[in-house]
Amino acid sequence: MSGVRVLVGTRKGAFTLESDGKREKWEVNGPHFGGWEIYHLKGSPADPNRLYASQTSGWFGQLIQRSKDGGKTWEPVGNKFAYDGVPGTHQWYDGTAHPWEFKRVWHLEPSLTDPDTVYAGVEDAALFKTTDGGQNWEELPGLRGHGSGSSWSPGAGGLGLHTILLDPTNPKRMFIAISAAGAFRTDDGGAAWKPINKGLHSQYIPDPDAEVGHCVHRLAMHRSRPDVLFMQKHWDVLRTDNAGESWREVSGNLPTDFGFVIDVHAHEPETIYVVPIKSDSEHYPPDGKLRVYRSRSGGEEWEALTNGLPQHDCYVNVLRDAMAIDSMDSCGVYFGTTGGQVYASKDGGDTWAPIVRDLPAVLSVEVQTLK
Amino acid sequence: MIRVVLPWHLRNLARVDGEVAIAVPGQVTQRSVLDALEQAYPVLRGTIRDHDTSKRRPFLRFFACEEDLSHESPDAPLPEAVVQGREPFLVVGAIAGG
Repeated sequence: MSGVRVLVGTRKGAFTLESDGKREKWEVNGPHFGGWEIYHLKGSPADPNRLYASQTSGWFGQLIQRSKDGGKTWEPVGNKFAYDGVPGTHQWYDGTAHPWEFKRVWHLEPSLTDPDTVYAGVEDAALFKTTDGGQNWEELPGLRGHGSGSSWSPGAGGLGLHTILLDPTNPKRMFIAISAAGAFRTDDGGAAWKPINKGLHSQYIPDPDAEVGHCVHRLAMHRSRPDVLFMQKHWDVLRTDNAGESWREVSGNLPTDFGFVIDVHAHEPETIYVVPIKSDSEHYPPDGKLRVYRSRSGGEEWEALTNGLPQHDCYVNVLRDAMAIDSMDSCGVYFGTTGGQVYASKDGGDTWAPIVRDLPAVLSVEVQTLK
Repeated sequence: MIRVVLPWHLRNLARVDGEVAIAVPGQVTQRSVLDALEQAYPVLRGTIRDHDTSKRRPFLRFFACEEDLSHESPDAPLPEAVVQGREPFLVVGAIAGG
């Protein structure tokens, strides 16, 4: 029997939300790791019972938790993230050189084929990898060391590596994104990296051709077309049709093109979703209306999806890792808010309903489609 | 045995209730107590001290015998009452909230 498991990371713990294929009744399990910030948790595509979670605290630092039974029980694994060699410096907010310092893991991306292999995107921005189920983590130093690393500077939320996309057709190719450095690609499994930010324009960067320095909030890919990526930048929604060699803006008729999340329909590679947020000074939806916008044309033309979402007095935010898609026949779309709601649509966004309303602020949402 | 009191979250992580009692070989100092604690409970590595530098994490403090020892040398001997097990060594999280 098929089903869906939604993995929710919050400011005060992790939750799993489970339903059968109908996606009508939901069982809420948690909190796991109550009181800890769970930046992200994600399941292995190769073994859906294998989950990994990033558990952090300003007091006690970083832990990584692993589950082998779909989130029922957890065990802590390795939590040592040591930069390769002498870490060097990146640019600080005031323009001075600042030593690279590990703060937390923002995103965990399990391998598509091996449950023991996982990539971790961390703050200060770097990419780590484990091949033993999380016991040991090693940096892929070619990313920070490719040349521009010393000029990266943090966004207001920190210098975080928050997006990791694995190309399902080419195990050597990977895309990552960093706030506020930009997007990068490797074609050799993570040894060498190149910035892929041509076509991005950021108001605060005087050089229109700046190779790095862009505040990319999120990238999304459809597995059938890995050369096409969609991007929610700080401002602007963009797409590339050539694996990041060039980008073009597709914000079109969005009410605002500031936002954090972006995702792609499971079965329609040109159908994409964003949640417009009013501005970078006001991190809430325009007009107090929580609206998902859907484009069926890969951008430019957008429609507001409002059925079941609050349309007055709503001032929550939807953070960058807090939207996910299931791959049921009728595609499910899920997102979580800083107000603690997790909304689900089981019809590709036409109608919405909250699965749960009163969790701690949601940091991340992932979904597993269980066959 | 040296008595150690951990904050609630670390007791949960280590799966212990109440105080921890650990044998500490050699001189009893912050460093030797924490080394023995981490040896007994490897999950605590990195949660009290930095993995590489062994520096105390900024929002934690060390107390014993009603004294704040956080800024003492990690190699300074702990009070005799701690050594003899009459008083615990306390790892305390900074209070925050609102």
